[in-house]
Amino acid sequence: MNKVPLIIQREYLTRVRKKSFIIMSILGPFIFAAYVLIPMALATMEDKEIRTVAVIDDSRMFTSYTAEGPASVIPDREYIKFKILQDMKVEDLQDHFEETGYYALLFIPENIFASETSIIYSTKQTSIDVTEYIERAIEKEMENLKLAKHEIENIDQILQEVKTDVRVRNIKWTKEGESQETNTGVVMGVGYLAGLMIFFFIFFFGSQVMRGVIEEKISRIIEIIVSSVKPFQLMMGKIIGVGLTGLTQFIIWIVFSLILIVGIKTVAFPELNQTPTEKAVASELFEEGGNIAENAGQITQEAAFAEDIFNSLGNIDLAVMIGSFLFFFLFGYLLYAAMFAVIGSAVDNETDTQQFMWPVMLPLILAIYVMISAMQNPDGPLPFWFSMIPFTSPVVMMVRIPFGVPWWEVIVSGVLLIITFIGMTWVAGKIYRTGILMYGKKTTYRELWKWLRY
Amino acid sequence: MSLLNATGIVKDFQGHRALDHVTIEVPRGSIYGLLGPNGAGKTTLLRIINQITAPDEGAILFHDHPITPEDVSRIGYLPEERGLYKKMKVGEQALYLAQLKGLSRGEAMTRLKEWFHKFELYGWWNKKVEELSKGMQQKVQFITTVIHEPELLIFDEPFSGFDPINVNLLKEEILAFKEKGSTIIFSTHNMASVEELCDHITLINKAESILHGEINSIKERYKSNQYQILFEGNPKKIEEQLSSRFKILEISENGNGKQVILQIPEGDNSNRLIGELLPLVTIKSFQEILPSMNDIFIKVVNDAS
Repeated sequence: MNKVPLIIQREYLTRVRKKSFIIMSILGPFIFAAYVLIPMALATMEDKEIRTVAVIDDSRMFTSYTAEGPASVIPDREYIKFKILQDMKVEDLQDHFEETGYYALLFIPENIFASETSIIYSTKQTSIDVTEYIERAIEKEMENLKLAKHEIENIDQILQEVKTDVRVRNIKWTKEGESQETNTGVVMGVGYLAGLMIFFFIFFFGSQVMRGVIEEKISRIIEIIVSSVKPFQLMMGKIIGVGLTGLTQFIIWIVFSLILIVGIKTVAFPELNQTPTEKAVASELFEEGGNIAENAGQITQEAAFAEDIFNSLGNIDLAVMIGSFLFFFLFGYLLYAAMFAVIGSAVDNETDTQQFMWPVMLPLILAIYVMISAMQNPDGPLPFWFSMIPFTSPVVMMVRIPFGVPWWEVIVSGVLLIITFIGMTWVAGKIYRTGILMYGKKTTYRELWKWLRY
Repeated sequence: MSLLNATGIVKDFQGHRALDHVTIEVPRGSIYGLLGPNGAGKTTLLRIINQITAPDEGAILFHDHPITPEDVSRIGYLPEERGLYKKMKVGEQALYLAQLKGLSRGEAMTRLKEWFHKFELYGWWNKKVEELSKGMQQKVQFITTVIHEPELLIFDEPFSGFDPINVNLLKEEILAFKEKGSTIIFSTHNMASVEELCDHITLINKAESILHGEINSIKERYKSNQYQILFEGNPKKIEEQLSSRFKILEISENGNGKQVILQIPEGDNSNRLIGELLPLVTIKSFQEILPSMNDIFIKVVNDAS
């Protein structure tokens, strides 16, 4: 009778029922969702405090005189107001600035055109947001003044007409001569995410295999079990059981995260979820209204960007992507899990694992470095070779595939991975069956070599 | 009629030989003792019989055919290094181990319930192993070793680590299995239990089998024709009359009375001695002194080295 399913079942059930698994399954999506949503929320969230910046304008070029008195040329923004202080000097305010209640004091010197410098005084560090806004406003006003000196007719209209915002589209020609819209950012993102997921899966669940083996040694149950099943069956049962646990956790995470992200987005950021009709209306407004709808134009751009992303996603060959992801995910894990099982069999406790961990971790970490270079230049020699070497190929190849890789390269890399997996598992099984029965002394690499040849 | 034959077993580990052409023949229905000092190779031999390690030379025959992986369901093995998954529930774990031995889930459940009741463990079914006392864990280990009612039971140092109450329980159960027709091999250096339980033994020292056979015949072989006589009367008479024909080893007197220990020379027999004694003293008891397994063990091991 084949006992491997029984072992897989135990490994799977004991892990899935653990408190830590349940907690991680619930928390994981929140962490993941937070990872995506917090930057989004931060980007949309503005400081709601109204700040008044006092302006001492010695140049008098930034002050306009209205019926209600002098006003700043720099326009107020939602949360930043400007107030011109006339006939005041910077020194007048220096001693008791805090009491005035102003957020900051903007000093525009008389010779601003020559020096191209102005100064913001404040008691606290002013935020980058405010500084940049003031800088841009002054620049723009000075550009306008300089242009005005040339006394061109209809300058405002000309400026409006000149204003341009260009979007560069990437279109890839396939061998069949079709055109496909791509977005390098999206392609990079997809590859990066796939590679990173494989890395974490290998590392996290590989070390769970290792811990499982150590647990069996420490609790001294190992010899009881190997009197019923072959050590190799136990090892493979454990590797598969832990792998299934990981897969379960990943599926829970992905499903929950999607629900969470979509849910929160709909509730908190409704403007990102325009229906096609709304988009169409927005773009019509833009085309007909000419100089009106600044706002609508922006929406159209956003919509175009979103469309771009969807087009790019659609143009990555989804079948190839998912198929190869599953393949490299599976065999990458199996290859490393066998090595982690060997480490577990060679030691008596977790602290002794260090000396054997680094040779296993090294190629994985290397793969992450190459992955980053592969995103810049997916067909370079470094990414090419590292996507062939089985120890790094699961991570590196996944980054290259969204960019389009010749099919023969994927096949060669896959075959090499399978061959290495079979060889490694065979070697691992031999070392493992000796290692699990060894207690007491610290294992050296030389001993591992001996065990291999028993 | 032997259940298990191990012939010419050789096992080399890098640099040293753990077993050197060891042969054992375990008769069906017997209790077979595997004796020897620490590091002699007993555990290695048991692991080979359990197919945990493979021998370099030699063969294991089970029921007169070379042993196969399928045979593990007919063997129960309690290793010297033994334990249980600490975080797993007791009942679930016992079920798992029983199923690994080839029992169906239902069958395993029925038998386990019986055993758990018998050993007063039933209330602990849903507890984690780490909540059990050592003694209870030992009981669970024993149950999972015998749950599939194997023909061959193998215990490696079964009594080490067991408390005296569990040692007795274990002995009773071992004898009960023998009654039911199981064959039992156990390794130990507890000589008292060897004498109490074993029919046959093999003594392994430094990877070699140096003594084997039925326990009674081994004792016969190593006896030195010594007799102990308790008597009433004058010890002087024995000394004067018998010292020329028999070797007197000891004459003493204690709370139980007077006793003499003497050795009959080769070719003579005990009836002659009784005849000589009758006119001299009143015999209260007359007994041949057989060597203990402990004595034999020490003598053989020392002679070998």
